Amino acid sequence: MNSVETTTPADPKGQSKSVIQVDDLSLTFETNDGPVHALANIDLTVSEGDFVSFIGPSGCGKTTLLRVIADLEKPTGGGIAVNGLTPEEARLKRAYGYVFQAAALYPWRTIEKNLALPLEIMGLSKDEQRVRIEKNLELVNLTGFEKKFPWQLSGGMQQRASIARALAVEPDLLLMDEPFGALDEIVRDHLNEQLLKLWRKTNKTVVFVTHSIPEAVFLSTKIVVMSPRPGRVYDVIDCNLPRDRSLDSRETPEFLEIAHRVREGLRAGHSYDD
Amino acid sequence: MTDAVLQTVGIHRPNLVKRAFSGSFLPVLVIVAAIILIWYVGAVSLNAKFQRGLDERANITPTTIEFIDSTLNQERPVLPSPHQVAENIWDTVFNKKITSKRSLVYHAGVTLSSTLLGFLMGTALGILLATIIVHVISMEKSLMPWVITSQTIPILAIAPMVILVLDAVGVRGLLPKALISTYLSFFPITVGMVKGLRSPDKMNLDLMRTYSANKWQTFWKLRWPSSLPYLFTSMKVAIAISLVGAIVGELPTGAVAGLGARLLSGSYYGQTVLIWSALLMAAFCAAMLVALVGVADKMVRKRMGEKAEQRP
Repeated sequence: MNSVETTTPADPKGQSKSVIQVDDLSLTFETNDGPVHALANIDLTVSEGDFVSFIGPSGCGKTTLLRVIADLEKPTGGGIAVNGLTPEEARLKRAYGYVFQAAALYPWRTIEKNLALPLEIMGLSKDEQRVRIEKNLELVNLTGFEKKFPWQLSGGMQQRASIARALAVEPDLLLMDEPFGALDEIVRDHLNEQLLKLWRKTNKTVVFVTHSIPEAVFLSTKIVVMSPRPGRVYDVIDCNLPRDRSLDSRETPEFLEIAHRVREGLRAGHSYDD
Repeated sequence: MTDAVLQTVGIHRPNLVKRAFSGSFLPVLVIVAAIILIWYVGAVSLNAKFQRGLDERANITPTTIEFIDSTLNQERPVLPSPHQVAENIWDTVFNKKITSKRSLVYHAGVTLSSTLLGFLMGTALGILLATIIVHVISMEKSLMPWVITSQTIPILAIAPMVILVLDAVGVRGLLPKALISTYLSFFPITVGMVKGLRSPDKMNLDLMRTYSANKWQTFWKLRWPSSLPYLFTSMKVAIAISLVGAIVGELPTGAVAGLGARLLSGSYYGQTVLIWSALLMAAFCAAMLVALVGVADKMVRKRMGEKAEQRP
């Protein structure tokens, strides 16, 4: 029941390619009050097509781990590979799309121009940009809002636009850092359903940071339970619910059993301590 | 809800006094009236001594009304009265051809052209310095102190030297004056733009990193648009001091044209009315320039999709 990765990934086709491979990774921040061990001895494999959630209390390093994968932080020890490359190489090849806690849309750009931002940076032609913008706005049900400025959209719509912006890069890997954390529960449920549909439709590999147990169980094929001080992986739980889940499947015994196991993991990892 | 709207309209519409107070019209009018009143009182009291001397020598004992009237209409008053200045401005603006050396518009035009040239150069220099300071870490410590020191030297001290040195190397006319404006105006632009170019938050910078955008792309697509509100605020300060710079630049050269020249000749010949109308013209030009920057600011904000209620 400990952190070492033994189970094969839940994939009907059997052996699948590993997208993210983390070996004995650690990250220590040097601060004035001495070193802070943000991450310690992390081992993790994310396979192609997986939907992996990192769950844990704040300070357990789940966001930091995601940022290491995205090359926004450098690890101080151990190894990590993204698509067999270093995170920096993967970032330079634009191997992933990153969705932040806030939508981070540029207020001076309309929604379509916000989606165009990464495409302009990639140097795509205007026609190619238009095709991708149209396609991805449709994917998140925002067709018709092209010319609106971000402030004219609700929080949920803004976050959908930011997901569309990440998808417009057409990465195989989507990294999401508590994307729905700032939204109310009703909007969050709705977006969870939409995200699940999106994932089934696009077959992307998703790494998702959350602190909501129902969200993690509802979305994931694999749940990584993390615990704080130092940030480490306490348990990895396979979540083999059928892929076409609806909000109602949260009432099923299978769902509740997995949720229970996650909560037990969090408790044993001292996440509920004062 | 419609009831509430109707009610508020019903209360406010007939109450003209209240509406005038809630707008800016009445307060502005009151302040202008107060300034003119204080000005008249000042003119009477400052010119009284000279007038008394005149009257004594002429052996006249005027009534109070006559006395006040003559203090307000002296030929070379210590403080000219508002209507004297207004008359002079009217005369030199509307009754003279604008190509004539007697036209105030001509002189204002001369000063404005060096103001604008200096302002444009100052803005460009300020943006350039800020860009360097933001991108090269060592520059913050090595360049910024010089930028600040440059502004501690009184402009009146440095202006004649700049103009003499440039004259010695054959640079004359508009450029030396404009350079004084540049010297003054690059400073607020540099300080404002350093702050503006650093204003994007970490998340937006991280976003550019995930797109593996280079520094150039990050600058044009994130830092530059984020800095525009700061740029316009600094430009309002910069354009006003550019005008000051241009006028100061006209003083040491004994220039024959420009508002500075007008001030100079006014003080040579004791033409206080001339001085005051040049001063008021300078103030009017400054206000117009600042307003112009304000209009440009508004247009840019609108294009950048800013919420209506966020506009000041």
